[in-house]
Amino acid sequence: MKDLITSTLVIFVMTVLVGVLYPLAVWGVGQALFPHQANGSLIVKDGEVVGSELIGQTFTSAKYFHSRPSAAGDGYDAGASSGSNLGPTNKKLIDRVTTDAETLSEENSTAKIPADMVTTSGSGLDPHITPAAAEFQLPRVARERGISEAKLREIVAKHTSGRDFGFLGEPRVNVLLLNLELDKSQN
Amino acid sequence: MTFIGILQILAYLTILTLLAKPVGIYLVKVYNGEKTFLDILVRPFERLIYAITRVDTEKEMNWKQYGFAMLLFSVASSVALYAIQRLQFYLPSNPQGFAAPSEHLSFNTAVSFVTNTNWQSYAGETTMSYFTQMAGLSVQNFLSAAVGMALAVVFIRGISRFETTNLGNFWKDLVRGTLYVLLPLSFLAAIFFVSQGVVQNFKPYDSAKLTDARTIQVDKKDADGAVVKDEKGETVQEDKLIDSQTIAQGPVASQLAIKMLGTNGGGFFNANSAHPLENPTPLSNFVQMLLILLIPAGFTYMLGRMVKSQGHGWAVYSAMMILLVAGTATLYWAEAKGNPIFPANVDQTLVGGNFEGKETRFGMAASALFATVTTAASCGAVNSMHDSFTPIGGLVPMINIQLGEVIFGGVGAGMYGILVMIILTVFIAGLMVGRTPEYLGKKIEAFDVQMAMLYVLIFPLLILGFAAVTSISPDFGLTSLNNPGAHGLSEILYGYTSATGNNGSAFAGLNANTLWYNTTLGIAMLVGRFLMIVPVLAIAGNLASKKQVPATIGTFPVNTVLFSILLVSIVIILGALTFFPVLSLSPILEHFQMINGQTF
Repeated sequence: MKDLITSTLVIFVMTVLVGVLYPLAVWGVGQALFPHQANGSLIVKDGEVVGSELIGQTFTSAKYFHSRPSAAGDGYDAGASSGSNLGPTNKKLIDRVTTDAETLSEENSTAKIPADMVTTSGSGLDPHITPAAAEFQLPRVARERGISEAKLREIVAKHTSGRDFGFLGEPRVNVLLLNLELDKSQN
Repeated sequence: MTFIGILQILAYLTILTLLAKPVGIYLVKVYNGEKTFLDILVRPFERLIYAITRVDTEKEMNWKQYGFAMLLFSVASSVALYAIQRLQFYLPSNPQGFAAPSEHLSFNTAVSFVTNTNWQSYAGETTMSYFTQMAGLSVQNFLSAAVGMALAVVFIRGISRFETTNLGNFWKDLVRGTLYVLLPLSFLAAIFFVSQGVVQNFKPYDSAKLTDARTIQVDKKDADGAVVKDEKGETVQEDKLIDSQTIAQGPVASQLAIKMLGTNGGGFFNANSAHPLENPTPLSNFVQMLLILLIPAGFTYMLGRMVKSQGHGWAVYSAMMILLVAGTATLYWAEAKGNPIFPANVDQTLVGGNFEGKETRFGMAASALFATVTTAASCGAVNSMHDSFTPIGGLVPMINIQLGEVIFGGVGAGMYGILVMIILTVFIAGLMVGRTPEYLGKKIEAFDVQMAMLYVLIFPLLILGFAAVTSISPDFGLTSLNNPGAHGLSEILYGYTSATGNNGSAFAGLNANTLWYNTTLGIAMLVGRFLMIVPVLAIAGNLASKKQVPATIGTFPVNTVLFSILLVSIVIILGALTFFPVLSLSPILEHFQMINGQTF
C-alpha cells in the first residue's frame, strides 16, 4: 500500500516537472532564441502563410519544378504525414513507379529519370529533390518560363544545399523556395 | 555504397566510442549517489521530490521489494496514462479538439509507453492532443527509461556486491536517473533541435495557401460519409479543389529529445523522425542517432567501472560494436543495390539505391545507419519507412530486435539483456572445459542459468505464437495487411517482434489499430517487458548473495577478445536458430522473389 501511495505521488510530481515545466521551459527558450524555427519555419507572402521552408508541396503546372510523389493524405498533407509503406515486390508500387516514369518522360525528356522523382518519401512531406532531379526538369521549366537554362541553373543553385559540414546527409534542392523565387523574379 | 556514406557511418561510430567513457563515469556517480557537477542545480529539486513523496532514500531493498515497487509503479503509470487519453477531450491544450482514442487503442498506447516500447497504432497529429503528448506520453518516455536504467544498475550491483541482499532503493534510482541524466540532457538536446527547425509551440495547426492549387478526383461521399455508387454499382467520382495545406504543430522538440535519449521512439507525428518538423536536417539526424546509443554505450563503461574490470566493460562494448557494424554494413549494402524490379528508365544510382520511403536530405547511408541503430537499441524511431526496404534491408532491423536488443539495446534494458547472455556464455564456456562456470568472482549455478533460460525462452514463444495465430486468421489477422505475399508475413512478424522486444518500430503498412492487434500487441509488450524483468531481478538478487571465489588459472577470463567473440556467437546462435525458419518464409523468400522479378 505504501508503495502505491509513493507511486502515485512520484507520478504526479514527475508529470508536473517533466510533463509541464520541462516543455514550457523548452518553449520559452525556443521562442526567445529561435522564434522562426519554433513556429514551423513558416513563409509569409503578402501577409499570408504560403507554406513552410521545411514542408514540401505538390506542384503540377509545367512552369514549376515538381516535388516527389507523396503518400501523405491527398499529397503533401502536413496534417497527415505518411509513407506509402509499399514493399519492394508489391505490384501497386511497381505499377505506380512505371506510370509515373512514363508521364515524366513525356513531360520532360527521354533521359533516365532520377529515382527520387518516382518514389514517395518516408514522411510524404519531403521538401527536397536531388540536384539531378532538378537538372532533369530544368529544360522544361526554362522553356515554359521563357528564360535561359543558364539563368535558371543559377537560381536552382541558390536553393541547393550541400551536405552538412561537407559530409552529413545529401545535397538537395528546396522545391517550394525555388518555385517561389521563380514567381517572384518574373512578376 | 559511397565513400561519403561510409565516412558518415565511421564518424558516428567514432564519436559514440569517445563518448562512452565520460557518460559511463557520470552514470557511476549518479547511481552511487556521489556528488556531480549538476548538484548545485539539481540537488534542491531532488530533495524537494523526496520530501513531497516521503521516500526514505536510505532504505535499501532486496530484489523482491525492488521488483514489487517497480511493478506497482508501472501499473499506476499505465492507469494514469490510460486515464489521460480517455479524458483527453476534457483536458486543456487540445486546439484541434480531438476526441478520446478508443478503449483498446488507449490500452495499447498506455502499455506501449509504460513498457518503453512506443509502438504506435495511432497517428500522432490526427489522434493525440498536445496535453496527452507532453503530460501523458512524454512523461512515460522519461519514467520508463529511468525504470530501465534502474534495473540495469540493480543487475550490475548484483554482480559487484557480495554476500548481501541489498540492491539499492528503487525510488532513489528512479528519481536520480531522471533528474541527473535524462532531464538535463533532454533539455539541451531539445533547444538544439529547435535551432535546427523542430517546432515547439502550442498553437493550432497552420493553414498555408498553396502556390499551385489543383483539382483532384475523389470518391463522392454522402452525408453519412459512405461512398456513393451509381446504378452499375461503380463509385461516383467528384472534383475536389486543393488550394491549402494544413501544417501540424505542437510541442515537438521537448518530446523528440527524450524520445531519442530514452530509446522510446514514439514519434510526435505519424512519420516519426522522417517528418521534416521532427528531423529537419542531416545534422539533427546525426545528433538523434547519437542520443539513441549514448546511454547504452555509457552503461558498458559503467559495468566495467563498477565490477572493477574495465577490460570486461570494453569486451562487452566490442561484442556489441561487432554486431552493430555487421548490421549496418548489411543493411546499407542491400539498400544501395536498389530495387531490381523498377523500370529500366529509372536511375536508382543517382539517389544511392532503393529510395521508396526515404528522405532526400538524409540519403541512403544516414537512413541505413538510423534503421540499424534504432533497432539495435530498443528505440524504434524511424527516419525512413522499414516496410519499403528491400527484403534483406528489412531483415536486418528485424534480426536486431530478435537477437534480444542486446546490440547496445535500450537504456538499461540492453544492459540487463546482454548480462543474461553473458551468464549463458560463461555457462557454455564452463561446459566446454568441464568446470563450474564463474563470472567476476561468482559461481554461476543452476538457479542463475534456469532464470537466464526463462528470459531467453519467453521471447520467441510470444513472437512466434502470436505471429502464427495472426497469419492464419483471415478475418482479424490478414485484413490489416498493406502488402501481399511474403512481405505480408514480414509485416506481421515484425509487428510482434517489435512489441515483444519493446522496440516500437514497425513495418508501418500494417493497420494495427484494431481490437485484435491492439490487444495482442499490448499483451506482447507487457509480457515482453515485465515477465522478462522478473528473472533478471531474481538473478541479480541471487548473485548479490554469493560469496567471492578467487580467480584461478582455470577461470574463463571475461576481458579478452576470445570472450567477445564467444559472446557474439552465443547471441547469434540463440537468435538465428530460433527465428531462422520463419525468416526464411518471409524476408529471405521475398529476396529471391525480388531478384526473379516477381510481384504480388
